[in-house]
Amino acid sequence: MEKEWFTISVYSENNVGLLNRISGIFLKRHINIESLNVSKSEIEGVSKFTIVVFTTPEWTRKIVGQIEKQIEVIKAFYHTDEETIYQESALFKIASDLLFDERQIQNIIKESNSQIVTVSRDFFVLAKSGRKEEIDEMHDLLEPYGIMQFVRSGRIAVSKTEMPISSILNGYYDYSK
Amino acid sequence: METLKKEETKTNKQTPIKISGAEAIIHCLLAEGANLVYGYPGGAIMPIYDELYKFQDKLTHILTRHEQGATHAAQGYARVTGDVGVAMATSGPGATNLVTGLADAQIDSTPMVCITGQVTRHLLGSDAFQETDIIGISTPVTKWNYQITRAEEIPEIMAKAFYIARSGRPGPVLVDITKNAQFEELDFFYEPCKKVRSYNPVPKPNKKAIEAAAELINSAKKPYIVFGQGVILGKAEEQLKSVVEKAGIPAAWTILGLSAMDTDHPLNVGMVGMHGNYGPNLLTNECDVLIAIGMRFDDRVTGDLDTYAKQAKVIHFDIDPAEIDKNVKTDVAVLGNARETLDLLLPLLNENRHEAWHNEFKKKYEIEFDAVIKNDIHPTKEGLTMGEVMEEINIASENKAVIVSDVGQHQMFACRYAKFKQTKSNITSGGLGTMGFALPAAIGAKMGAMDREVVAIIGDGGYQMTIQELGTIFQNKTPVKIVVLNNDHLGMVRQWQELFFDSRYASTVMVNPDFVKIAEGYHIKSTRVKERKDLKAAVEEMMASKDAFFLEVCVEKEDNVFPMIPSGASVSDVRLK
Repeated sequence: MEKEWFTISVYSENNVGLLNRISGIFLKRHINIESLNVSKSEIEGVSKFTIVVFTTPEWTRKIVGQIEKQIEVIKAFYHTDEETIYQESALFKIASDLLFDERQIQNIIKESNSQIVTVSRDFFVLAKSGRKEEIDEMHDLLEPYGIMQFVRSGRIAVSKTEMPISSILNGYYDYSK
Repeated sequence: METLKKEETKTNKQTPIKISGAEAIIHCLLAEGANLVYGYPGGAIMPIYDELYKFQDKLTHILTRHEQGATHAAQGYARVTGDVGVAMATSGPGATNLVTGLADAQIDSTPMVCITGQVTRHLLGSDAFQETDIIGISTPVTKWNYQITRAEEIPEIMAKAFYIARSGRPGPVLVDITKNAQFEELDFFYEPCKKVRSYNPVPKPNKKAIEAAAELINSAKKPYIVFGQGVILGKAEEQLKSVVEKAGIPAAWTILGLSAMDTDHPLNVGMVGMHGNYGPNLLTNECDVLIAIGMRFDDRVTGDLDTYAKQAKVIHFDIDPAEIDKNVKTDVAVLGNARETLDLLLPLLNENRHEAWHNEFKKKYEIEFDAVIKNDIHPTKEGLTMGEVMEEINIASENKAVIVSDVGQHQMFACRYAKFKQTKSNITSGGLGTMGFALPAAIGAKMGAMDREVVAIIGDGGYQMTIQELGTIFQNKTPVKIVVLNNDHLGMVRQWQELFFDSRYASTVMVNPDFVKIAEGYHIKSTRVKERKDLKAAVEEMMASKDAFFLEVCVEKEDNVFPMIPSGASVSDVRLK
């Protein structure tokens, strides 16, 4: 089977140690986590892990089964890129003199739809949200001028279809579906 | 041994009582019906041991000689009773010594709660004396684990620990308790856990899936059941028997499914797996509907997956959704407790006999009998065989004993030839293959079934991995029967070396001590058999003994276990020699 990008969404209790338990499932099967984001979810008290993997649908299904088996996991889902709306964020720290000396930098900022977060005497910081490719493209454009620091976040994603966590928590969910 | 009986704790539900965390642990254990624990004290768990001292009339603590022994004893107890086994250890090395037992319980779905002491809260993360991150270490080998750092967490977490260990697909849980939480006081109030909102232990059976399963079974010409421990854990032995009998389906057990059905039941065709029976392996690739019940298609059962039951429609009954399609692609998955799902299946099944199909198994059995079994249990050669020892134990125990086996050749002989009349009678380390399991597991099994004979079958290699537990047997006067089948080799590895490594016996020859003298050193009655003429009397003497008894049988040094499916080969390639 062909490898694909999958976004795994894990709804869980917010407990110490669960990240270790979940990452161990990937470790045991020698599957690399391409990106990981943990945040609160739409439901109070419920955390959401967004994990991106590049593997086969078969492995993704099995991993999700093992993740769901963990006591503190409420439910896990997996989706292809087409089934989700997803974004990443990046920060670029660049020397301030470039902002004034290099006309092209101002064009890049304008065309990339990025924002200047802060400007100081020595450096300024650009924030860019978008798909991985857009951020990569911006990185490639800025790189020749010198990037002092670069960081990109893990993917965050919402699915086009419903993830019925509330009905699971309220006991209405039909697991046999 | 009155203390082994279940006793309800006398906690007043209305008014919480002010007690220490350590005392709270004892009340939690008693409330969960755990009045027998195995363990080993040490610095970070001393407050709990101090309470064990005070509560010794209500709760028995068995001091094993190593923490690993405590876990296996707790496993043996759990496997024979179906209750949760409990083991305790201190922090650091005490805790790390539990890891093998946790991994064994995890892979064999055994309900167990392990309690470890931990350094006091303010020292966590400081590399304090005997500090180890047991939560991090035990995470991959536990169903759940938790570190308690405040006394007030104790009742809720202990209740949750027992609930998680025993519910759904059972497994081991570890609770790590910092020393300050043992000393601190709390307002104790105990309420058993009935639900964890993120955890769905038993999926509700799906009617449509059961109907689809029944339809496939009813239209099958060559249906075949392979059942595992899920039948025992789900208390579905009667349901399995009814299904097998009504639909006339030949049924084979996995190594952990042993004893879920009578050995002598006419539709019990034997064991699947690497050293299972000839017919059950071979005919897996001839059945038209394969009905897997409470088993997980382990690689030792399936061999090469690409050639496993490809001709058959597969129905998989399991409580764990993650097992469905994990190894073998199923046509119909029936989720739920086997007791419940088989009950729903039974009325939908047509009565059937499948005589011609069943005769196929009989024919294959005859082939195996002539090629292997006859020589194993009625040998004509001079040296003693492991098979004939098992046969003598069957005769002397009238097939009523609990058989606890270690890991290796003797385990395969024990599982091939031991006969069972009662469920929960086979205790072995199936998934993890833990050498050293049997001696401590037999202690736990005996304490869980004082009215039954418990016979540990152990090789000379595995015996020496936990031999110190003879001290536990001596101190507690635990009347277990210990049989060491001594071939002066690590027999199973030696067999593989003979077959697959051109007989290069790398580190498999054992120069052994005088095992009888060692047993005598622990004041355990013992005898050694070297010749066939002495075997029967020795086994009878052992079985008749009211006390613990050690029997060493010096068997043929270079015997092999057959049939055998070589590692990675197809079940169709099962070899008789």
